[in-house]
Amino acid sequence: MAVLNEEQSMLRDAAKSWTQEKSPVTAFRKMRDSGVDVGYDANAWNEMAEMGWAGVIIPEEYGGSDFGYLSIGLILEELGRTLTASPLLVSAVGAASALVLGGSDAQKSEWLPKIAEGTAVGALAVDEGAHHNPSKVETTFSGGKITGKKSFVLEGFKADVLIVSAKGPDGVGFYLVRGDDAGVSRTRLALADSRGAANIEFKGAAAEPLTGGAEVVEKVLDRVRAALSAEMLGAAVQAFEVTLDYLKVRVQFGQVIGSFQALQHRAAKMFTDLELARSAVEAALQAIDAGTPDVPELVSLAKAKMGDTFHLVSNEMVQMHGGIGMTDAHDAGFYLKRARAAEAAFGNQAFHRDRYAKIQGY
Amino acid sequence: MADFGGGDLDALRTEAKEWIAANFPASLKGRPNPMMREERSTPSPEQEAWRKAMGEKGWGVPTWPAAYGGGGLSAAEARVIQQELGRAGAYNPIGGMGVMMFGPTLLEYGTEEQKQEHIPPIVKGELQWCQGFSEPGAGSDLASLQCKAEDKGDQFVINGQKIWTSGAQFADWCFCLVRTDTSKKHEGISFVLFTMHQPGVEVRPIPLIAGNSPFCETFFTDAIADKKNLVGPLNGGWTIAKRLLQHERSGLSGAGGGGFGMGGRGIVQMAKDYVGADDDGRLSDSDLRTRLIMNEMDGRAFQQTAVRSMMESRSNSGPSAATSIMKNAGTRWMQDRAELTLEIMGHQGLGWEGDDFSSEELGAVRGWLGGKATTIYGGSQEVQNNIISKRILGLPDLTNNS
Ligand SMILES: Cc1cc2nc3c(=O)[nH]c(=O)nc-3n(C[C@H](O)[C@H](O)[C@H](O)COP(=O)(O)OP(=O)(O)OC[C@H]3O[C@@H](n4cnc5c(N)ncnc54)[C@H](O)[C@@H]3O)c2cc1C
Ligand SMILES: Cc1cc2nc3c(=O)[nH]c(=O)nc-3n(C[C@H](O)[C@H](O)[C@H](O)COP(=O)(O)OP(=O)(O)OC[C@H]3O[C@@H](n4cnc5c(N)ncnc54)[C@H](O)[C@@H]3O)c2cc1C
Repeated sequence: MAVLNEEQSMLRDAAKSWTQEKSPVTAFRKMRDSGVDVGYDANAWNEMAEMGWAGVIIPEEYGGSDFGYLSIGLILEELGRTLTASPLLVSAVGAASALVLGGSDAQKSEWLPKIAEGTAVGALAVDEGAHHNPSKVETTFSGGKITGKKSFVLEGFKADVLIVSAKGPDGVGFYLVRGDDAGVSRTRLALADSRGAANIEFKGAAAEPLTGGAEVVEKVLDRVRAALSAEMLGAAVQAFEVTLDYLKVRVQFGQVIGSFQALQHRAAKMFTDLELARSAVEAALQAIDAGTPDVPELVSLAKAKMGDTFHLVSNEMVQMHGGIGMTDAHDAGFYLKRARAAEAAFGNQAFHRDRYAKIQGY
Repeated sequence: MADFGGGDLDALRTEAKEWIAANFPASLKGRPNPMMREERSTPSPEQEAWRKAMGEKGWGVPTWPAAYGGGGLSAAEARVIQQELGRAGAYNPIGGMGVMMFGPTLLEYGTEEQKQEHIPPIVKGELQWCQGFSEPGAGSDLASLQCKAEDKGDQFVINGQKIWTSGAQFADWCFCLVRTDTSKKHEGISFVLFTMHQPGVEVRPIPLIAGNSPFCETFFTDAIADKKNLVGPLNGGWTIAKRLLQHERSGLSGAGGGGFGMGGRGIVQMAKDYVGADDDGRLSDSDLRTRLIMNEMDGRAFQQTAVRSMMESRSNSGPSAATSIMKNAGTRWMQDRAELTLEIMGHQGLGWEGDDFSSEELGAVRGWLGGKATTIYGGSQEVQNNIISKRILGLPDLTNNS
């Protein structure tokens, strides 16, 4: 765990006690069983917003606290532990950072305070196919209108404001589209991890450009990738701890299964990988806060390492639980499904390995 | 974020710069550390001068107490010295097992008299130590060791065999685990020190797969250790041995963050040179490229973890069970990297000797082979996993290796 300042410790403690009391995994299970179309519990989201979590990276003049990315990463890590579903990632990190980095004064004044207080939800519409590939953009902007199809838009089904990547007269950049515009047509996606997502078609929807072009698109994506990695870290750590607890209580062959070295060494490997992944995730968030030039490579490192680690731990969680891990009544399946969805979001391991090497020149 | 800034460090930095400039022989700039090689037994006059200068200054072991000749510096100050040595292309001539593991252990467990006698020669690089722990029948299960010491008044008389004793043929002294009670396992072991220059000690170098002979079989026939050189209580050596092994591990894991094959052009450039790149600048062997990236990432995450644990533990001293994680992660990374290096070099990476191969190629083969030892000594990879699973994860231990 990174060395924290006082605000950060308080945020983390608040997030820890809130998720454990108000949003344990049973809450996620209830949300899933209810079949709610947005893929999160609106009351829980309100409580999170009331605690100021949606404004953590938003400047004070727009109603935020400007605590930074390590801070919101700490919150997401705790939410990840209990698989708490919410628009915090794409709204309070994604849409918020797009507006902070590329919004006009008018756009900031209109949207940031609402995002900070959670009364508006923003989403990022970037991908156009089965794989994350932000440089491949066929959606176009011309004459103030956006036309094209976006896929796998997390929290996109009911989002109030959509930050859409499109090709305009000056190349690829972000555009702001109101969710209720008549040119927006959305289809809800039912995903294995039960979170909210949509495919969205823009048929000449009214759009306003953000500044900064493709550079801001990449900067925003890196912020979301790092923050998502923090959520994955929390989920992976929890999956590991639950499994470790099980190794200490499940008896077979007259002894707890945690006494079998075949399982012990796999547990030790998981713990080692989690420690390394934690370092990568925290370093990426700290680099964003410090504004250092190595943000892209550190973020790709974090997302790739975290993806591999969550992949491993979620598989082992099911395997080491034996038959019970295969049942829907057990939480292991939730972590497994969430792992794959989070790995695929904003670039899987292959994407980030390739990107890391390209940045390093090979 | 790290804040080691402040005026004091700047003053020390200036002092270090000036002192190194005045004392480090220019002819040694960028040269490898002779401590790390077999040529260490025949140092050149420049190498000797540099060792003596650093030994007097105490900066070879910057954090050891000044009372015994050490630098008396904080960890942050020590980093400044390290950085300035690096900047000047200077190696640290003070090293070996005395520095890495025995010294820190003696500082913790030795009597005042023992520290006064044994620490200053280590600080000055005058005496080399070897580690008499492993025996043919006692490897990972070190506590089953048999080499015995009998009480003969003010001396112990030692009979038995040690094996894999690194540098025994160059060593002046040995720190040794001996059995002083055969009725108990862990509680029958004592930690003694004795000179290697005595008739009862015989060493026979063992050639390794890498072609060199850095370690020996070591035989003791009525070898003598003075009673004043018993460290800790009689039959209380196991606790001290465990602590020493922690120091050994943290030293070894530190090596992982350093630079296997990092000298010269670096592994990525090497891969481009041997394998070539496509029009987009990607390595043309995409399978190799992926594995190389994963290894690069592992190394980076390892370094980030080393930095993080340093930041987190600035208050608490000495190595902990976390060194087991670092040892496994660091050695895994190094061994993978050595394998990748050979693969990159292709047939050229299989040369054993001769002019058809560059020194880099010949070095890669030897390094690859020698590196296999890193997951065996200092507690094997499997033993580290046992330690992690028992001490950190709290899982039951069936080996009863306390
Ligand atoms: C889909 C499904 C269908 C099934 N159908 C049937 C059926 O029709 N009839 C029936 O009778 N049973 C059935 N089973 C049960 C199945 O045989 C058991 O799940 C299996 O024997 C494992 O037992 P367990 O679930 O109690 O896990 P446990 O035995 O508790 O194992 C938990 C974990 O510990 C590990 N472990 C256990 N012992 C050791 C050891 N000595 N060394 C190392 N690791 C160890 C296991 O590999 C596992 O990873 C079914 C299971 C599933 C998932
Ligand atoms: C290059 C080199 C330098 C060395 N220098 C020194 C030195 O200076 N002084 C010194 O005293 N010793 C030294 N050693 C010895 C080293 O400490 C031993 O090799 C080490 O302790 C392993 O013991 P062993 O070789 O007897 O292997 P064994 O203990 O016989 O191990 C064989 C295999 O079994 C595995 N194994 C053993 N126990 C377990 C277990 N409980 N669970 C799972 N797997 C297990 C091991 O991991 C290994 O893979 C050196 C070794 C090498 C290779």
